[in-house]
Amino acid sequence: MGHSLRGTAAIVGVGHAGMGEAAGGRNALDILGDSARVALAEAGLTIRDVDGLFTGSSFHFMPTLSTAEYLGIQPSYFDGSMIGGASFVNYLSSAALALEAGLCNVALICYGSNQRTSVGGLATMSEQQPYEVPYAPRYPISSYALATARHMYEYGTTREQLAEVAVAARRWAQLNPDAFEQADTSVEEVLASRMISDPLTVRDCCLVTDGGGAIVMVRAERVDDFEKPPIYLLGGSSATRHRQITSMPDLTETAAVESGQRAYEIAGVGPKDVDVLGLYDAFTINPILFLEDLGFCAKGEGGAFVAEGRIAPGGELPVNTNGGGLSCCHPGMYGIFPVIEVVRQLRGEAGERQVNGADIGLAHGNGGVLSAQVTAILGTAATL
Amino acid sequence: MQSAVDTFQGDGPDREFQNYLGRGEFRLQQCQACNETIFYPRVLCPHCGGFDLQWRLVSGEGVVYSTTVVRRREEKGGPYNVAIIELAEGPRMMSRVEGIAADKVNIGSAVKARIATESQPQGERHIVLFDLAEAGSSGVANAGGGAG
Repeated sequence: MGHSLRGTAAIVGVGHAGMGEAAGGRNALDILGDSARVALAEAGLTIRDVDGLFTGSSFHFMPTLSTAEYLGIQPSYFDGSMIGGASFVNYLSSAALALEAGLCNVALICYGSNQRTSVGGLATMSEQQPYEVPYAPRYPISSYALATARHMYEYGTTREQLAEVAVAARRWAQLNPDAFEQADTSVEEVLASRMISDPLTVRDCCLVTDGGGAIVMVRAERVDDFEKPPIYLLGGSSATRHRQITSMPDLTETAAVESGQRAYEIAGVGPKDVDVLGLYDAFTINPILFLEDLGFCAKGEGGAFVAEGRIAPGGELPVNTNGGGLSCCHPGMYGIFPVIEVVRQLRGEAGERQVNGADIGLAHGNGGVLSAQVTAILGTAATL
Repeated sequence: MQSAVDTFQGDGPDREFQNYLGRGEFRLQQCQACNETIFYPRVLCPHCGGFDLQWRLVSGEGVVYSTTVVRRREEKGGPYNVAIIELAEGPRMMSRVEGIAADKVNIGSAVKARIATESQPQGERHIVLFDLAEAGSSGVANAGGGAG
């Protein structure tokens, strides 16, 4: 007997726009609107059909209001819970709940950012932490650097292993025409790049790009009305253990342990059933931590696990097949993109980077400084 | 209508912490229900929810739990250390280890707290810094004299 939420909602449209460098003068909502147009067109719907809105922003304090106004809609249900980049994976579950409860009928999850062409760096409305400010850590990289250093100390994880994550991402990006960074790279090049906050170099960091994405979700009973093969939400869960890095109970283990366990339980699957993964790779340590915490390898073995191309094209476990935040795009908050990529993989639409026979995918969002962890398990009709 | 508990009385915990530092005392709150010492300061215990928090002197002794070097450009002042210190009494805090090159700070090293005062546009700000324990640093009044 499956969980009552398993498979109740399905994704019937996805879209992205403005990835990399958006054409001159476009603002965040232009890029969001463009993404929404593409996703709704895939679903054969228009903006007038949207009555559920789920969005967060790096630029708008009241993102659901600004977005509803821009799109010209008056949704009957909206949610803008802000847990950083993980928000957009979290919205999958809140949208499914709202759809199941009949509070809305067409849910639009969307995001847009022009941070590269406007700010030229990370655009964030994140407040500074009063007990960190005097010591001037660079936000957010120093927090991730502290977690990385501790993982290296406890488990012998190496900078070479971190660099393997960046190289794998680039090799996937080279199979994705929409990915921003396409140049060849190597472990040596990553190691030789500029140190920002030890042990993380600029190449251990995600990109600073523009970009937007959108997802259309409906109740499973309606999927026959849509052209694209439905991709079902089999399970999803969110977890947090801290906000600021000094409050993280163990710098080598994230709350993905809890989000993963709960998501697997709802979905009735485990790590061995997952064919393709999208793991929020803000920094190279992230996929290492998440592979451990989500049960793909034991705690402390993530560094060895990602070495020798295991998560790269042709490896045993396809991770971040779009090129990830490290090489595809990272417009401030990346969480919607691993979901979109997993959907495309499960539909069999990923072109040169297609994972053969992928039926179950895992999209994992990260927010803050490893603070929010959100896991979603998606599946094709064959998995119902 | 009477509520079940009294609201928090006195100065806010952030201000109290600052005031103690200004007097040369490194004090943290200790929960009288579960005995945990907590940081950052707040109005309830994050371990058990207890309300009765008393400011105790702490030893100032700690260990580097993790460390990084922020690679600030030379012309802007050069690289500096940012560390997480695990205090002997339990909680962790962000700080900086001084008196040693930023990249020579090691996880596991024993450190000792020192109170420093910085001028800010809003006035003075007292902060806790750390030196290697071997360096024989001092500066925390009543260090080691904490209760419990």
